[in-house]
Amino acid sequence: MTEFGINTPPETGAFLPRDRNWHPPAFTPTYKTSVVRAPQKALISFDNSLSEVTGPRFGHNLIGPNDNDLIINFARPGEMAIGQRIIVHGRVLDERGRPVPGVLVEYWQANAGGRYRHKKEGYQAALDPNFGGCGRSITAEDGSYWFRTVKPGAYPWPNGVNDWRPAHIHFSVFGSGFAQRLITQMYFEGDPMLKLCPIVNTIADPAAIEALVAPLDMSNTVPMDARAYKFDIILRGRRSTPFENRREGN
Amino acid sequence: MPQPLNLLKETPSQTAGPYVHIGLTPNFCDITGVYPEDLGTVMVGEATKGERITVTGRIFDGTGTPLRDGLIEIWQADASGRYPGPTDPRGGADPHFTGWGRCPADGETGVYRFETIKPGRVPWPDGRMQAPHISFWIVARGINLGLNTRLYFPEESAANAEDPLLKRLEHQARVPTLVGKREGQTITFDIHLQGPQETIFFDI
Repeated sequence: MTEFGINTPPETGAFLPRDRNWHPPAFTPTYKTSVVRAPQKALISFDNSLSEVTGPRFGHNLIGPNDNDLIINFARPGEMAIGQRIIVHGRVLDERGRPVPGVLVEYWQANAGGRYRHKKEGYQAALDPNFGGCGRSITAEDGSYWFRTVKPGAYPWPNGVNDWRPAHIHFSVFGSGFAQRLITQMYFEGDPMLKLCPIVNTIADPAAIEALVAPLDMSNTVPMDARAYKFDIILRGRRSTPFENRREGN
Repeated sequence: MPQPLNLLKETPSQTAGPYVHIGLTPNFCDITGVYPEDLGTVMVGEATKGERITVTGRIFDGTGTPLRDGLIEIWQADASGRYPGPTDPRGGADPHFTGWGRCPADGETGVYRFETIKPGRVPWPDGRMQAPHISFWIVARGINLGLNTRLYFPEESAANAEDPLLKRLEHQARVPTLVGKREGQTITFDIHLQGPQETIFFDI
């Protein structure tokens, strides 16, 4: 739990509303599966109650020593996953730019050939016997997280006849309230598949797409070992009105 | 130009995709040995206070087909209406209750299932009491941004009738989409993403 300074109200206020023109809408027909999975009626809006501003908390003791190392966390002893070795790092911040410490970040991906380790996956690219594809971190006091992995490959999928996903890593992030819950995908700088992808293009605003593209970060490369990519994640901020936190009876 | 507000934009959502289990419930999809157990599988223990219930159901798409690749997380108060963790300013929640669960739909039948307790009532911002409810968050292939809904309890008709959120809904005919069906200790809550029976989803 974060310590609060004497003049810092505890962050228990309502969240800033989501900008649903920035997020992808539910109904995006060129991503075909969305057609029958998109609600047709309007969402009902209401200001947050305690049910939305509270959320689960996970302790650092959840995390095992290899949880953030996908190169070895599924590998046989002494072996390693095959592929381009990279470090992915960044910070979880809120919309006010404040670090979000102590929250769980989970990530998953295909192997270097674009093959997922999943029983419903039918792509002919080979599994890597030393690669599982999952990892997790809890953010540090400054909101930072990092993990080591191999760069995932592009991946064909049955949408259009010849649709391929760009290389991507899925992210799941918790904040301090259930209304902050977010799943997204990180893409890699310079990938020519980005422009073609129906899932990327569920997002209308080009600036929002860019917010999902991790730049190559040579300043955090480990020489002769692994290159680095930076991916910051922004969660919803909370309203800061101190009176919000001083309700009678609460 | 006035001073800028200096707000950042929230990271945009993307679908969880069909292989969400790899990251969130790896043991469920046979990736074993990385995590001891899948997170969110166990919500209660012997010492947890409250009435044990099973919450189960399926998620249906607009054709009436159950989703076999969806994943649900729930968040709820303890038996006395307090939320675990530091962000409930009232504190005092049951230390033997997590309040949070995660369950993938069954890969064949689409059924999800949580073993939990019935939550107590939680105040609305103006102090009125909400009816007992469980918050749901639904992600899946084809869902671009996680969907939020709530489960209410059929035996709580008086509390439901005065619930500050349910009461203010214009289309009262849709309220039953948020109320589970109860048999013994089992509450069945089916979620319809689209169509005439469409579940109410919230922008929270």
